[in-house]
This record gives sequence, C-alpha cells and structure tokens, in this order.
Amino acid sequence: MRSSGGLHFKTYLLIFMMVIFGPLGNVLLGKGMKRIGTASMGTPAEAFNLLSRVLSSGTIWLGIGSLITFFAAYMLVLSWADYSYVQPASSVAYGMVALLAHFMLREVVTPLRWLGVLIICLGVLVVGHTPPRTTEPSQ
Amino acid sequence: MKEVIFYLLIIGAGTGGELCVSRAMKAVGEVKDFRPAALLGVASRALRVPWMWVGLSLMGTAFFALLAVLSIENVSLVVPVTALSYAGGALGGRFFLGEQVTRRRWTGVLLVCVGVALVIIGRR
Repeated sequence: MRSSGGLHFKTYLLIFMMVIFGPLGNVLLGKGMKRIGTASMGTPAEAFNLLSRVLSSGTIWLGIGSLITFFAAYMLVLSWADYSYVQPASSVAYGMVALLAHFMLREVVTPLRWLGVLIICLGVLVVGHTPPRTTEPSQ
Repeated sequence: MKEVIFYLLIIGAGTGGELCVSRAMKAVGEVKDFRPAALLGVASRALRVPWMWVGLSLMGTAFFALLAVLSIENVSLVVPVTALSYAGGALGGRFFLGEQVTRRRWTGVLLVCVGVALVIIGRR
C-alpha cells in the first residue's frame, strides 16, 4: 500500500472537485425541475413532453455539466482509492448542498437539519483519517 | 408512495452503479497521467470494461429518478436522503470489491448516517 504525499494530494484535490461540482449540479437540477414542475407521465406522449421540457432547460444542462465534471473526478479518484473511502469522504458535499439550497434556492433549513449536516461533516473527518487504499493496485 | 419508489431507485441503482463503476476503474488501474490525451485513453479503456456499462446504465436510471423526485421535493431534503446508500456502499465495498473497511471507517460511516437521519427528522 502506498501512502505518499502525492497520492494523498491528488486524492484530496479530486475529492475537493467532487464536493464543489456535485452539490452545484444537484442544486441546479433542483432549480430546473422546480421550474418545470410536477407532471403526469401516464402516457408515452406525456412522458415525451416532460422529457422535451427537461432537455430544453438551460439550468438542467448546467446541472448536467456540473455533474459530469463531478463524475469525471469521481472516476479518476476511484482508479486508485477505495470506494468505501471515497464515498463517505465526499459526503461533506451534503453540507455544501444545504448551503447552496439555502442561499441559491431560498430553501428553509431547520436547526436540526444543520445539526445533522454538522454530524455528517464529523463523520467525514473520522473517515479522512483512514488510508485511501487497502487493496493492491492492478498491474 | 411515488417518492419512496424514486428514493429506492436512486439509492439502489445509484449504489449498484457506483460499485460497478468502481470495479471497472480498478480494472483500468491507477491514473498517473492527467494530460487530455492520456485521460481520453483512460476513458477508452474504461468503456471496454463491461462493468462500466452496467454501472453507467444503473447510474442513468438513478439520475432520472433523481430528476423526478427533485420536481416534488426540496434539494436540501432529497440529497441527504440519498445518503442512505452509505451503509450499502460500505457493505458493497467490503463484500463486492474486497476492500478492508476498518472499524474507524465504519465509525465515520455510522456518524454520517446519524447526521443524515437528523437531516430527515429536521424536515419542516
């Protein structure tokens, strides 16, 4: 198992990108879908109509672009770091989602929900003190 | 009820998809060269691994379920609820990918799950 500074640096850099672009993508998708509103998908025509409205929304496409950036960083980091390390470490993104939802979408986040976010961040801190790889790299 | 089905799809298909993608990327090997041409080569190699296609299909399903539930609920509720996949993720990492999930890491995952539960309870 390698635990050099370089391995940790690129791991943290890509996780940082995940923390920024993942939540931003979700918030943009939420904003776009709220504009489109709930719609019936009972018939193929209704489903097609909804899909065309989704695909013609600039906000949705910005969200998709952010999520693609997130996904690229995610795949790269998974090429050397454990899934069970990366997934919890990226959970600080939940705090970012709450912040962005509060400030960008004016969603009300209750004190109990903020406490939950704080505990999530504490969990991330604990996970961050474990080695990023426990399996042998493939050749 | 509709929301529950969407959440199950997001959690189940999302976690399954991530596990499959992770398995595919492990087969590709560690990425050491970050130049665009090298990254295209990595993407090309990754797309030749069948697990990648299974993973992408599952993640696509989870994505459309996410879009559907986002049209009904707030982002600050939906995204934390999807974190219920953490327990499944750690179990999958241990048993599907053969990773060693340490006690300390389990503790972190548990704390994250408690936090997520509070976020859900804190719904107005």
